[in-house]
Amino acid sequence: MPLFANTVEEALAPIADGCLLVVPREVSGVPMEATRALVRRGVKRLHLVALPTSSLQADLLIGADCVATLETSAVSLGEFGPAPRFCDAVMRGIIRMMDATCPALHAALQAAEKGVPFMPLRGLIGSDVLKQRPDWKLADNPFGDDDPIVLLPALKPDVALIHAPMADRNGNVWIGRQRELATMAHAAEKTIVTVEKLHDGDLLADPVLAAGTLPGFYVESIALAPRGAWPLPLPDHYPADAAHLAEYARLAATADGFADYLKRYVHEKRAA
Amino acid sequence: MNGLTIRPEELLACVIADLIGDVRHVAVGNASPIPAAAALLARERGKLQGLGRPYVSLLQSRKHNFFTDGARELFDCAGQGRIDVFFLSGGQIDGEGNINLVSTGDYDKPKVRFPGSFGSSYLYYVVPKVILFRTEHSRRTLVGKVDFISAPGTSAKNVHRSGGPIALVTNRCLFSFDRARRRFRLDSVHPGHTAEEVADNTGFEFDRPAKVPTTPAPSLATLALMREVVAPQLAEIYPQFVQQVFGVASAASTADNPA
Repeated sequence: MPLFANTVEEALAPIADGCLLVVPREVSGVPMEATRALVRRGVKRLHLVALPTSSLQADLLIGADCVATLETSAVSLGEFGPAPRFCDAVMRGIIRMMDATCPALHAALQAAEKGVPFMPLRGLIGSDVLKQRPDWKLADNPFGDDDPIVLLPALKPDVALIHAPMADRNGNVWIGRQRELATMAHAAEKTIVTVEKLHDGDLLADPVLAAGTLPGFYVESIALAPRGAWPLPLPDHYPADAAHLAEYARLAATADGFADYLKRYVHEKRAA
Repeated sequence: MNGLTIRPEELLACVIADLIGDVRHVAVGNASPIPAAAALLARERGKLQGLGRPYVSLLQSRKHNFFTDGARELFDCAGQGRIDVFFLSGGQIDGEGNINLVSTGDYDKPKVRFPGSFGSSYLYYVVPKVILFRTEHSRRTLVGKVDFISAPGTSAKNVHRSGGPIALVTNRCLFSFDRARRRFRLDSVHPGHTAEEVADNTGFEFDRPAKVPTTPAPSLATLALMREVVAPQLAEIYPQFVQQVFGVASAASTADNPA
């Protein structure tokens, strides 16, 4: 049975300095309230895996000096432009970058999910993405004839951190069609969830809801965080706060502006 | 807008729709309004011909996206050959069809950092028709050799390669890609542009016929289909683009439009 934490901060206790932390892409429900809480706590040296891409979340954590290593396929603010703190950190060499490609991250987590040591993946051969990843190996397909294929080691995060629409009182979490959240939880040692609301009743009792439910078995702790993805969207629930994201893009363009953003929206103002 | 003025975006969408051809499944990634317009146009044409294809998956859309098994389903689908057409771009694209979505300069000390390779290092190999699309046609973007290969244009013979580039569409012209010769060929220049201007603004060598044709303008029927049927569908995910190009206001919620 997961811990029902009284605060987001309490739920985040398993995320220690140096944690291998996996977080989801923007259209899956990004735990932004929890991210701000991590910045306030001053978590350090994260190995952040963004499955398979990130936007504001990675940029904020990098800018706030919480990240030592970033493993992802892309970071961008989308229509609001490049992710400024990410670009700055990579160009100054202050984070270790592990460039990936989207299906490689999915596959490496699936290997961990299955408890097998690696997963093969097509593509990649002849790319500099592969060249820059000494942890990925080129092997010969044992069932083929001169068929080189890339093997990716299982990626087993210490913690998966996700935001979802609801959880029931048994700690089951409804994720709907965002199935990669289940893969993350299956692969990670521990999963921390923030939710919009608590659901009265048993999510697993209703076959329609059960199909989109992550069983509490996989969950370490849960905290309530209404509008917990803000200013990012929670798909099917609320849209992105475009005005805020535009303001972020403007402020984060400089180190001073970013510090101002942190002061106003992370340290002083705890929610929208 | 009035009927006879053709916007550049409409011309490009039409060029891309013709490249898509008659296929079963077209997928379009994020931040690609013109390829998305082209895919929806191909779908409407398929409907008119009673073909019931192509399926169109706009990855940014809730409505035009049937995937239910998480983000990996797209890649699993592609790995099996269930996606016929995809679109890629690059901060740099070179004459051998290599694309760079990562950085310029030295990888460890980049001059410019781009967002990252996304799914390109995989999809470029397994989607039969990859259409490269870059609206900025300059020596900055179309280079002699990319600084970083997110995905190579061609592969060694023993490398599994069921896909790759077929064409490169820019604001100035249409190139086709010859995989055997690992070279682009200038197929047509868009109205108002010339082959000399294309050469001046391209950092790589390419083949060209003695006389380079002009890209044909979309027919009135195609324009009508695009403006009346495609534009309202596109407004769900690209409201600003549709407003600018087609002058169509959208009531679509941005809930379906994550950045």
